[in-house]
Amino acid sequence: MKDLLLSLQSEFYKSRKTLGFWSAILLPVLICLLVFWHFYTDSVKMSGFPAMLLWLRYAGSILNVMGTLLLPMLVIFICYSVNSIEHKADTWKTLFSLPISKWAVYSAKFIYALLLIAICLSLFYALTMASANLLGNLKPEFRFADYDMKGALLQIYFKLFLSALGILSIQFLLSLLWSDFLKPMGVGFVATLSGLILVGFDWKYDYLIPYAHPSLTVRSIMPRRGMMAIPELKVEIFTDYVYVSLIVCIAVFIAGFYIVQKKSVK
Amino acid sequence: MVIKTEGLTFNFGQQTVVKNLSLQVPEGSIYGFLGPNGAGKTTTIKLLLNLLKTQEGNIEIFGLQFNAHRKQILAQIGSLIEQPAIYAHLTGKENLLNRAILLQIPETRVDEMLNLVHLTAAAHKKAGKYSLGMKQRLGIALALLSDPKLLILDEPTNGLDPNGIIEIRELLIRLVSEHKKTVFISSHLLAEVERMATHVGIINNGELLFQGSIKDLEAISQPAIYIETDDTADAANLLKKQGYNIIDVDVNHLSVAYQSKNKAGEINTLLNQSGHVVYSIHKVQKDLEKLFLDITQTPA
Repeated sequence: MKDLLLSLQSEFYKSRKTLGFWSAILLPVLICLLVFWHFYTDSVKMSGFPAMLLWLRYAGSILNVMGTLLLPMLVIFICYSVNSIEHKADTWKTLFSLPISKWAVYSAKFIYALLLIAICLSLFYALTMASANLLGNLKPEFRFADYDMKGALLQIYFKLFLSALGILSIQFLLSLLWSDFLKPMGVGFVATLSGLILVGFDWKYDYLIPYAHPSLTVRSIMPRRGMMAIPELKVEIFTDYVYVSLIVCIAVFIAGFYIVQKKSVK
Repeated sequence: MVIKTEGLTFNFGQQTVVKNLSLQVPEGSIYGFLGPNGAGKTTTIKLLLNLLKTQEGNIEIFGLQFNAHRKQILAQIGSLIEQPAIYAHLTGKENLLNRAILLQIPETRVDEMLNLVHLTAAAHKKAGKYSLGMKQRLGIALALLSDPKLLILDEPTNGLDPNGIIEIRELLIRLVSEHKKTVFISSHLLAEVERMATHVGIINNGELLFQGSIKDLEAISQPAIYIETDDTADAANLLKKQGYNIIDVDVNHLSVAYQSKNKAGEINTLLNQSGHVVYSIHKVQKDLEKLFLDITQTPA
């Protein structure tokens, strides 16, 4: 456990000046600012919306961009970034010749990538709440205060996080095995696009494809016809695709460790 | 023995890179692991560090085996394999601090190491902007950071200028004589190994051709006196008559077995007094290829 904590500390120390780390922080800030600006300058169109629907519109504009393409791409990029730091510096041989278990080195990297995604999504949540409340204060016609979205939005982001774990574990392993950028990025991009298309087709087995899971999560909360009549937003977190995402995550994580354990550092 | 291997064999696919290697590295020695490029030196080092899985044979370090004591063994080893592994986006000091975090070493030790390898002035410069020599020195500082009992260095003087080479050599000699460390150092330069090693192992095509103390090696790798004269054949005959051992003669030069500085001076005087014009006369080391020939022809 000590090895794991030290390795995690080292991961933060060496990556704190890299784009991989900062992308997890800058992305939510940038997107939330853009959406805030859009609502602020174009308030007339949406001012008459009921509070819950207004929240869904506001949070949905962020979630829609995130869930469909940005979150999978961010996961792909962070996984690449966490591993490429060692590929570029040729430091795998050094890491594996230190008196630290390979399990700790591998797990710390995985947990660090996972933490970056968690930080990114937490920031999205916090900034969505903060910017919506600020917007409600600046423009009273936005009645955000009439509906309490805190709990539901937290659940949505938590579900989005869980639905990204399958992609995380696959991309983490690909980036660990391949030192170049194009291979894991290319595979991830094509798989994400395929996932999107299959979700668009409503393919009945789309829940089995990890790259489709964030998109399925976003689709499940997007405003639909008749939603005006629903008094409260209910988020079902543990759906079939979230279970699939978790199973893939655990299975690939364990398989990845055995691959790393067997892999010789050439 | 600090390092002891028995029958160590390693294959990359069909190719056998290390063949039946039995190393014996005594405590407190500088063990020069000598061989040309591609001889299997780096593969052997990676096996010694458990970076490559042992396929055949046995490795014992400090009398312990990796399968049961991996952490215990690695805690006592500092290593530098091939080119130094350095994070280019971090400064020299940050590279050391990162390692210090992992190994729970105080920051004061980081400053000591920077000072030891003369990088204090460049401590806050990005390591990516270091010269090759500075990177190499940072790599050595990283290897020494945990104050290990055994240092395994793979061609650490690669890319260093003559001053850098002398500094590293003196540092290693000091580490062994004053701090009782054991150093296992690989090189493809015979002269470099002869200058610092107490023990030598020579590897070629994955096979250990020679292993022993530096004195045993000197007996095989006798240096020669290289002479350029106006008439090499006549000069060779003259020296042969005087009892000197002629190694090689061609149109431009002749080589005589080196005995001592005085004898070299006597040869020069003799040639001059006999009317030979001596264009140059100097001591030369045998190159590795010739040494290999000698070793394979002479049972070790």
